[in-house]
Formats: sequence, C-alpha cells, structure tokens
Amino acid sequence: MSTMLRGRARLFGDDINTDYIISSTRKRESLDPQVLRHYLFEGIDAAFAASVLPGDLLVAGSNFGCGSAMEVAVTAVLGAGIPAVLARSFSRTYFRNAINNGLLPIICDTTRIDAGDMLTIDLANGMAVTNETSGETLLPEPLPPVMQSILAAGGLVSYIRQHGRFVV
Amino acid sequence: MTGKTISEKILSAKSGQDARAGDLVVCAVDCALGTDGSVPMALDYFEQMGGERLHDAGRIVFALDHYVPPSSPKTAGLHQRMRAFAALHGVALHETGEGIGHQLIVETGRAVPGSLVVGADSHAVTYGALNSFATGIGSSDLAAVMITGQIWLRVPHSIRVTLTGRLHSGVYPKDIALALAERLGADGAAYQALEFAGPGLRHLELEDRLVLSNLVVEMGAKNGICPADARTEAYLAGRTRQNFTAVDADQDAVYSREVVLDLDELTPRVALPHQVDRVVALHDAVGTPVQMVHLGTCTGGRLRDFHQARDVLKAGGGVAPGVLLVVTPASRAVHEAMAADGTLADFIALGATIVPPGCGACCGTCGVIPGDGVNVISTANRNFLGRMGNATASIFLASPASCAAAAVRGAIADPREILP
Repeated sequence: MSTMLRGRARLFGDDINTDYIISSTRKRESLDPQVLRHYLFEGIDAAFAASVLPGDLLVAGSNFGCGSAMEVAVTAVLGAGIPAVLARSFSRTYFRNAINNGLLPIICDTTRIDAGDMLTIDLANGMAVTNETSGETLLPEPLPPVMQSILAAGGLVSYIRQHGRFVV
Repeated sequence: MTGKTISEKILSAKSGQDARAGDLVVCAVDCALGTDGSVPMALDYFEQMGGERLHDAGRIVFALDHYVPPSSPKTAGLHQRMRAFAALHGVALHETGEGIGHQLIVETGRAVPGSLVVGADSHAVTYGALNSFATGIGSSDLAAVMITGQIWLRVPHSIRVTLTGRLHSGVYPKDIALALAERLGADGAAYQALEFAGPGLRHLELEDRLVLSNLVVEMGAKNGICPADARTEAYLAGRTRQNFTAVDADQDAVYSREVVLDLDELTPRVALPHQVDRVVALHDAVGTPVQMVHLGTCTGGRLRDFHQARDVLKAGGGVAPGVLLVVTPASRAVHEAMAADGTLADFIALGATIVPPGCGACCGTCGVIPGDGVNVISTANRNFLGRMGNATASIFLASPASCAAAAVRGAIADPREILP
C-alpha cells in the first residue's frame, strides 16, 4: 500500500454538522455507504455528490462533524472514496468515528487551502500535508497512541478482532 | 498534586488509575444506551468484530425512539432486528412509545452519581445532571462496549460554570443553556467537560439540570456534569437500587476556564436559524412570524416543560390561527403524568397534535415534518438547516414558555408579557 495519499481539496466552512454531511432522514431507508454517498452534503452543496471523485479530500474549518454522533456521516464519506478529512478541529464523536472506520481525521491549519488545490498526505511522516498548488507543508497534531493503534489495525473492527479489548 | 474535578474523579475510579486531564484511560462502563438510530449499525460492527456474546448484557439498554411509530417497512425492520438481538442476548429493550432513550435512562435510575454511562447518541450527555459522567459515542464504539465492557477516553479538561442568583419569572433553564451557547460558541467547550457549580444551581430542580446537561454537546462538550445534592437523591429515590456516592470536585481542582452566569440578570433567549450558538435576546426576535410550534424532545419534553408551556397558552387565550402546535412527551411516564394531572386534556382542548413519546419531529425521522418555508419554534436542542426533515424550514430554539408565547401570538413573543 502506498504511504502517500493525493487528492483534490473539496472545501467546506466551519461547524459542518453531521446532518449536513448526510441527512439523518436518509439513514431510515439504507445504511449502505454506496447508497448514502449519493446524498452527501445534499442540503448545503447539491452538486457535491455527483462531482466527487475517489481520492478527493474534504477540507473544512473548525468543529467538523458536530451535532449527531451518527456514524453514517463517516461511512458515507468513505463510501465516496474520500480517504481523509482535514479540519482545524473536529467534534469529538466525529473524530472517534473516523478513526474507528479508518477515515483519517487530520487536524491542521486549513485556512490557506483553496478549493481544488492538489494535496498530498505523507502517511509515513506524521500525515504531513503538502499543498502542491501553494507549495506549503502543514504538520498536523499527532494522534494519541490508542488512536494510532486503531488506525494501524485498519479500524476498530480489526483492532477488536486482534486484541479482544482495549490496550492503552 | 492538586485536587481533581468531578470528571477526573469519576474516570479515576472507573479506570483504576490516577486520571488527570489529558490522560488516556480505559474505563469500565456502567451502562450503555443504543437507539434505533445507532444500534442497527452497531450490530453490523458487532458481527464484523466477531462478537458472539455480550460482556455484560445487564449493562446494555436499547430504546426504540427515533422511528416512532415506524412509518416504513425499512424502519420497522430495524426494530425487528433489534428485538431479535435483545431477546437472544438478554438486553433490556424499551419498545416504541415508551419514550426517548435518554429520558428512560434517567427515569429508570440507570444513571447515578459517580457512574460512567455512554450512549450511542450525542445527547447522552443529559445524564450528567445526575452527577454521572455521561457522553455520546458512535455505533462502532457501542459495539466494542458490548463486547469488552470497556471504552477508552481522554480525560477532559473542565470548564467550571458557576451559576449565581435565581431565575426570574418567565426565564427558564433553557435560557441558561442558550446563554451558555451564546457565550461559549458551538465549539467553545470542544473535547472538554462543563462542570456546573454555584448557588444558582442549588435552586434548580433536577429536571431543570437535565436541560443544562442536555445542551452541552451543542458547545462541543464531552460531558456536562452537575454535583449531586438532596434534589438528586430525591429524584433517584425509588428509581434505583444501586448504591452510589456523590462525587464532588476538590477545592483545589484545576479548571481550564471559569464562566460565571448571573441568573438574576438573565432574560429569555432564542437561537436563530440555523446554528444553536446564534443566540440573541428573545426581545430582538419578537414579531417574527411562526407557523409551527414543537414542544417535546430530550431537552424540553418533560412534565415541568409542559406545565410551563400550558400556563402561557392558557394565560394567552389559546393558539393563534394558522399555528400548528405539536406536543411530544419525552416518555410514556411523562404522557401518563400529563393525563393524570389534566395537562394532556388542556393541550387537547388547545388543539395540539399529540405525537407518541419518542424523538418526534426533532430530527425529521418521524413525527410532524414542517412545510416549505415554515418558521418553527421548538423546545429542542438543534436547529440545523433541514434538521426537522425540510431544508426550506427555519428553526428557532427557545424555552417551553417562549415557544408557547409564539403559539399564542403567531409570532415570536415574550412569555413575560403574557403570564399574569
């Protein structure tokens, strides 16, 4: 597996709540990420779902994923082929859910990233983000060890299968 | 070493370690709630994790509250799957119509002082009112709790919120919570605990404290915890057989920030669409037309809330023409109490649409969906665009009395001008 991710920045603002990511009314009819991906951000960016490409990266301001703790707000993003979200900060439930499902939540200063910038993320180097368009490299906050272990296992399912319990 | 906050003390006890803000600890969970909004996914994770049996079925509670009544074969199917799993594994399951899971956790005395309770729903923070460390989790974490009985947590820094003075007539706990959201912002307490304190808190009934704790997640908080006192013990009497000891903060506990709110100075607040922290004085929004009023939810669906709303509605002479008044008791016990003391009859006479106990219209998954372009005022905790199932509606959040005042006038109004 490559240790570099590369993708286009898809820009969002502050306080993007999970209902904006995927409306809670959608999960009544299906929990399948391949179904839900068609409704991503439908209320705030109607063109998003049709234009998203595998490898695209979500880039947001502060408090990404606030509101409901519903986990489809993570799995639907992964279902669209988006491997990482960069934000100045995350809500704690979104952050946990992301780690548990292997979606990379990267806390960094996103203010100088523009829509469409090409970004690379170096997984072997603390998830350092390089903005190819501007040339800037951002060093994210390191993750706590238990989160690194869960991510390294590939998510909480694999982690629990391997360990059977939590080890800190 | 310095003293500890309430959260540090509870997480120390549950992890068996000297837990300090910033530490990562693995804790034994006393109780975990899952709802029809989160358990179906949790059961998928449970199977993928190789789960065969529960660590302790007695600590797991399911509540069917988000899809009440189930309005499609799909949602009915989610309930069927949960019932089958609960029966197989001996999990307590609250049926459709019993109420909102959070209210049931509180009513059945499962959250007691010093306990660690998690819920796969963000408003699990509500039980902090009972001196419980209570926080929301996702479905995968719930599955792991079901298998291991454990959760890992980062011990939060705490913000101490000191309440002084007393609420004046026409001002309510919801106004305190909205004022806090106004002060802290939507992520002002991110990753942190809010620890309530001060003489103003002692005057608040347990039901009032539930409103405060319920809304802390709208400020990003991990939990919102109150100290326990005689009101806490009185509420729990007859609801639990668990032994518990109140957990107090040490005098020299360290806080990341102190916020003081003088209740004497507080006036009614309202959150404007579409952010919970977009709070202004109700006065500044007076006259905004309203076509739907929602009384209910885990924030404002308890007996006390309905009494406050009913009093304003009766004093104001009823519901204005063109206003849809929707009433959703938080639980069957609340519904029964409303029936027993005449509150329900009052609401029926006022022409209210009574929705079965559950999450109701709050998150657009069941209950009444607002029409296009409608202004809604609600006792709920969230007003995000599309939250109630229609992205062209605008949602205002206020106290039960302020919502009732809007129903009386057909526009946002100050309950203090209607109450005798």
